[in-house]
Amino acid sequence: MTLQAETRSAIERARDRYPRARSAILPALWAVQHEQGLITPDAMTEIAGILQVTPSDVEAVSTFYSMYFQRPHGRHEVIVCINVSCALRGAEEIVDHLERSLACASGETTADGAFTWSSTVECLGGCGGAPTMQVDHHFQENLTPERVDQILGALRSTPTPHEEANVQSGGVAGGSADAQKARRRGVPATTGPAPTEPPNAASEAESTEATTPKEPAPSATTGPGTKKRPRRPGKGAQ
Amino acid sequence: MAEYKLLTKDFGADALQTLRGYEKVGGYQGLREAFKKFTPETLVAEVKTSNIRGRGGAGFPTGMKWSFLPKDVFPRYLCCNADESEPGCFKDRYLIDESPHQLIEGLLIASYALQVNTSFIYIRGEYHDQRLLLERAVEEARAGGYIGRNILGSGFDCEVIVHGGAGAYICGEETALIESLEGLRGQPRLKPPFPAVKGLYGQPTVVNNVETLCNLPHIVLRGGEWFKALGTEKSAGTRVFCCSGHIDRPGNYEMQLGTPIRELLDEECGGIWQGRTLKAFQPGGGSMQVLLPQHLDLPLDMNAVQEAGSSLGAGAMIFMDETTCLVDVSMRLVDFYRHESCGKCVPCREGTYFESELMHRLESGHATRAELASLTDICSNMDGRCFCPLGDTATWFVMSAYKYFRDEFEAHCGAGRCPVRAQATALVA
Ligand SMILES: Cc1cc2nc3c(=O)[nH]c(=O)nc-3n(C[C@H](O)[C@H](O)[C@H](O)COP(=O)(O)O)c2cc1C
Ligand code: SF4
Ligand code: FES
Repeated sequence: MTLQAETRSAIERARDRYPRARSAILPALWAVQHEQGLITPDAMTEIAGILQVTPSDVEAVSTFYSMYFQRPHGRHEVIVCINVSCALRGAEEIVDHLERSLACASGETTADGAFTWSSTVECLGGCGGAPTMQVDHHFQENLTPERVDQILGALRSTPTPHEEANVQSGGVAGGSADAQKARRRGVPATTGPAPTEPPNAASEAESTEATTPKEPAPSATTGPGTKKRPRRPGKGAQ
Repeated sequence: MAEYKLLTKDFGADALQTLRGYEKVGGYQGLREAFKKFTPETLVAEVKTSNIRGRGGAGFPTGMKWSFLPKDVFPRYLCCNADESEPGCFKDRYLIDESPHQLIEGLLIASYALQVNTSFIYIRGEYHDQRLLLERAVEEARAGGYIGRNILGSGFDCEVIVHGGAGAYICGEETALIESLEGLRGQPRLKPPFPAVKGLYGQPTVVNNVETLCNLPHIVLRGGEWFKALGTEKSAGTRVFCCSGHIDRPGNYEMQLGTPIRELLDEECGGIWQGRTLKAFQPGGGSMQVLLPQHLDLPLDMNAVQEAGSSLGAGAMIFMDETTCLVDVSMRLVDFYRHESCGKCVPCREGTYFESELMHRLESGHATRAELASLTDICSNMDGRCFCPLGDTATWFVMSAYKYFRDEFEAHCGAGRCPVRAQATALVA
């Protein structure tokens, strides 16, 4: 057995909640990736055993969805949107900045193993705060190169990302009142400083809010003159 | 006319994300009223009366969809579609972030009307924090007696399961969503049979968008007739519009349907940014056709926008100023469909590949005129020939842009670079 007891029991709980066990494949893969950082053949075999399906059933699913990793990633995951709304507001500048400051190409991991970053054509649902990225699944919006530096700088020395471990465990409440006020219309009202503290699993939902900008900073706008040659699609492109 | 706040009225209220905060502004009164005043049958009839149409993109009348469920076949399932991945859309995230219990209340009202004892919320993998928020809200609602057995003493039982996706736009298509919920690759199923007859686990199933469900507490409390009078004859109620791009104040704005698009742009979004002018806009999200400044006087009405050759779709509005290159925008959208094609059918899998290759050559100024001419062929071999709407819609924006901005497309041929961008640089220098 390769999975920790906690992960196994999370998968069993998921299995028992659905009308049919097979429906728990996606939550099971999330639990495994949370524990191990990627999906290995051994883990897929173990999931198959718990859910009474074949390992190839699990593999077929895990390779279809772009958020499951088949190979190791850095400690932190950075995904930058380059779809239309973000591109109109300077996503290419953010992409160029990441490429330069992390010294690796989209889809690759930094030499120190801190970050795996990629640009993606998959709109993240943060178009109102464009340009937008997600860092360890948390939204970071109204980006400027300076803000990107602050955010990544604060995380560089953080040992582990922090995903929600439990499958439907009931997370944590939706952020402080202050942070709630800072957010209007689904868009952070202003841009501001980066997180100073790494988020941790215990205050997971709050941590997004901790990184939600509160103070004004220079505008995120970039004129079209700064746009660079468009890039090919990011992860998983044919 | 400013915003008309029905769903978003209490947004920003203290602790609205918690059960207590939601109850303080009248939360779950709609569910109580539904149990008190309606049987499942009369509730379906009331929703029919309201004339509400789905907010997920296709605009199908919700009451009619509900009445397609075959009688006496149980169990039935309800899936809330929170996969929101249409480029330009971020309203469902907003509705969940601000008021997760409003969605849960709507889901429970629909479950009661449809006599569903297990409901699902399928939320995209990227909405990780939103999933946690919903899971927490479900636990709170269960503790408060709104979920589980014999809800509020009504005799009605309902469980709610929050199901996280893992990065696949196609899982927003209702049959792909069902496949994904069953633990399969998210590839669309052949219709018919429609989900209403044979859906999740082969049972009758309804799939409804987040915003559609969020309307239900209000329809129950104020009545179907009241709702029907809001908006226009063919588009009742309000919609939350996700506004982005070259505008002063991007964000979500809830508007009464029928309001001119110009008012949304000028009064809510603060107009085009930096004193520039509007070149084009895309209503509805990445799948829909481009419109021009002359279309700003159209009302926010599903039929009116359709007659103008586009659609309100999923409620996105992407505005582009005069420096925008429509070839570049088309290329990004085509790249999106290429990336998200599920690979099940040839016209889409191959078509999006050819489309994307061509658009990259064109945007960089390396395509010839003959190559550009083949765009129409590629697209006509896709539109109407794909297994599901993803492949069809992969051609809609680019074909409409090619129609309205043909000069711009042609100017790219053999130019060696993007001519629009070169000009825009001069403009802002
Ligand atoms: C490729 C594709 C993606 C879709 N994505 C979504 C989505 O993310 N959210 C959604 O509510 N509907 C989406 N739809 C529409 C759904 O299939 C379905 O019509 C809708 O969820 C029904 O809900 P409604 O009647 O409440 O609008 C998508 C459709 C297609 C073809
Ligand atoms: S049209 Fe595209 S997304 Fe739809 S079934 Fe065919 S390949 Fe899959
Ligand atoms: S276009 Fe970038 S988040 Fe939607």
